[in-house]
Amino acid sequence: MNSAIDHATAPINQQLSSEGKISILRDIVRIRRFEQAALKQYTSGKMGGFLHLYNGQESVAVGTISLAGENDHIITAYRDHGHALSVGMSMNECMAELYGKATGCSKGKGGSMHFFAPDKNYWGGHGIVAGQTPLGAGLAYGLKYQGLKGSCLCYLGDGAINQGAYHESLNLAALFDLPVIYVIENNGYSMGTSQKRSSAFKSCLAERADGYDIAWDTVNGEDVYEVRAKTQVAIERAHEESRPTVLEISTYRYYGHSVADANSKKYRSPEEIKQYQEHHDPIILWRKRLLDEGVLTEDQASEIDKEAKAEAKEAVKFAEESPFPEPKAILEDVYYEVDQGTEAGKTGKHFFND
Amino acid sequence: MRTITYRQAINEALAEELERDENVVLMGEEVAEYNGAYKVTEGLWKRFGDKRVVDTPISEAGFIGMGIGASMLGVRPVMELMFWSFAYVAFDQMINNAGCVRYMSGGKINCPIVVRGPANGGTNVGATHSHTPENFIANTPGLKVICPATAYDAKGMMKSAIRDDDPVYVMENTKLYGELGEVPEEEYTIPLGVADVKREGTDLTIVAHGRAVITALKSAEILAAEHGISAEVVDLRSIRPLDEETILTSVRKTNRVLLVDENKPFCAVNAQIATMIQEKAFDYLDAPILRLNALDAPAIYSPPLEELQLPRPEVVVEKALAVCK
Repeated sequence: MNSAIDHATAPINQQLSSEGKISILRDIVRIRRFEQAALKQYTSGKMGGFLHLYNGQESVAVGTISLAGENDHIITAYRDHGHALSVGMSMNECMAELYGKATGCSKGKGGSMHFFAPDKNYWGGHGIVAGQTPLGAGLAYGLKYQGLKGSCLCYLGDGAINQGAYHESLNLAALFDLPVIYVIENNGYSMGTSQKRSSAFKSCLAERADGYDIAWDTVNGEDVYEVRAKTQVAIERAHEESRPTVLEISTYRYYGHSVADANSKKYRSPEEIKQYQEHHDPIILWRKRLLDEGVLTEDQASEIDKEAKAEAKEAVKFAEESPFPEPKAILEDVYYEVDQGTEAGKTGKHFFND
Repeated sequence: MRTITYRQAINEALAEELERDENVVLMGEEVAEYNGAYKVTEGLWKRFGDKRVVDTPISEAGFIGMGIGASMLGVRPVMELMFWSFAYVAFDQMINNAGCVRYMSGGKINCPIVVRGPANGGTNVGATHSHTPENFIANTPGLKVICPATAYDAKGMMKSAIRDDDPVYVMENTKLYGELGEVPEEEYTIPLGVADVKREGTDLTIVAHGRAVITALKSAEILAAEHGISAEVVDLRSIRPLDEETILTSVRKTNRVLLVDENKPFCAVNAQIATMIQEKAFDYLDAPILRLNALDAPAIYSPPLEELQLPRPEVVVEKALAVCK
């Protein structure tokens, strides 16, 4: 990272209108407010399962996805709320999914880790660490096969880079010239194990891409301009050369691995968390940047926050008032052919309950 | 009718589907330039080229997962596993991703993939190359699994599998690849989920799938010639979806059942069939249902002993006589 470079001068950021800049702030704030509302409901027992919060990392999803065009696709791991809202999914469908309601984005069948919106090029939301990385290569393969100029942004955590599936994906991406961008969101901890205690590396994690002859870069995730500038280079490489990239974006999560992470304040100090919240928070930093540039007023910033809070509150209400799925839903969405009522779906026994 | 091998029948199915639908792409280790480790894909790379027939590195989790990802966008990959035993390093992709993504997305995504290759013991290659995981796969709602036993079935079912919009896992058998069978010149398909009565009989029903069908047919010959027993052989062909009616119809006719299966006994496919029959045709049974499986140990290497480990006609006949006693 070269702090001397002001990434605001990058062409992709020069092209960003004032409204575009404000829109990025709005998206970051919306993710924060959505998750804070979700956390409140989770701790009062309204939801099942796990809740992996993205608090502190929002600039990564919003910054990268702000560049996604018609044929750019997104896939991520289980910490997926931020990416979902960034691609344009509504707070209502996301909150309802957390509640396990029929109105949820996955009809209450996926939960927190499994948000999907293929109509918005968003392919999840995947629960197994690095399990999505071959799928990301596959989405890129599909785009290339179909002759489309596009890319797949495939997100993974720093804890995922030691899984074999990731390495197999890198090999395939390089071998087959796939337009895939692996975005390592490095928040420093693979669950409760620090980077130092979990990964062998020379200077950084992305550097492993060298072994596969894949271009890579490191990115300061708290700087939206830098995130966009460096991601744009990768997207252009994907579009123009059909070549992969690995980006390692440094970031931080304020909460534990999940809300159920009992040791979240034991494997790192409260001071460390506080230091990030005060000095590296993506909302504070981007808001200040826009205020300094004169594209945003304090009143506008407050209004954005107020609207996001209200939207999250409304999403909670929507989720609360939505019905749970009917019991018959348990056996729906298992087989496409059965759901569609095709001849194949009607031939032979597909379910063995009776 | 002309006869071709089981291997050629699959090759024809792949060629016809590559021809029919430009979204179909074959992928796997040695499927292209090498012409297939078992020569199932012979000539296809030369005919269809690099885009449609793709050699992958030895990287099952990677390339199977890649195929699944591409299928979400509408590509229709037909992926070869050199042995189904190698699926074990790709199970996360095959079970968690292909098997669950439709459900977890509330039906927004489907994966029209085929994963195919041989799944059998009996070739003296040791335990790690001899697995028969059709029971594992059948235990995952969202996946389909088929085990054709003849050239005719292999071709017709492979074509249906490729056209199916759900993941279909096809288990072939290296010991069947060279077996000849009648296959018409004209195009045909066989739907998944339809069993086939391979031999009609009146005294006993033998249910089997995969190569166990061939064993059952040989046994039925012996039972007729040496013991005057008329055995009906029902070939499941498709494990999931399953054709229960054909099994039950046969049981209601013969009133005696032997289930032959190259799976190991614990939770084998035939354990499911046994429980289904006792639930739905108990009153028709004149004797307990018996099962015959591979002997319950990892596949042994030693050639003469491995022959003893798998169901063979002598033991099938012995069990059949016990059921008919």
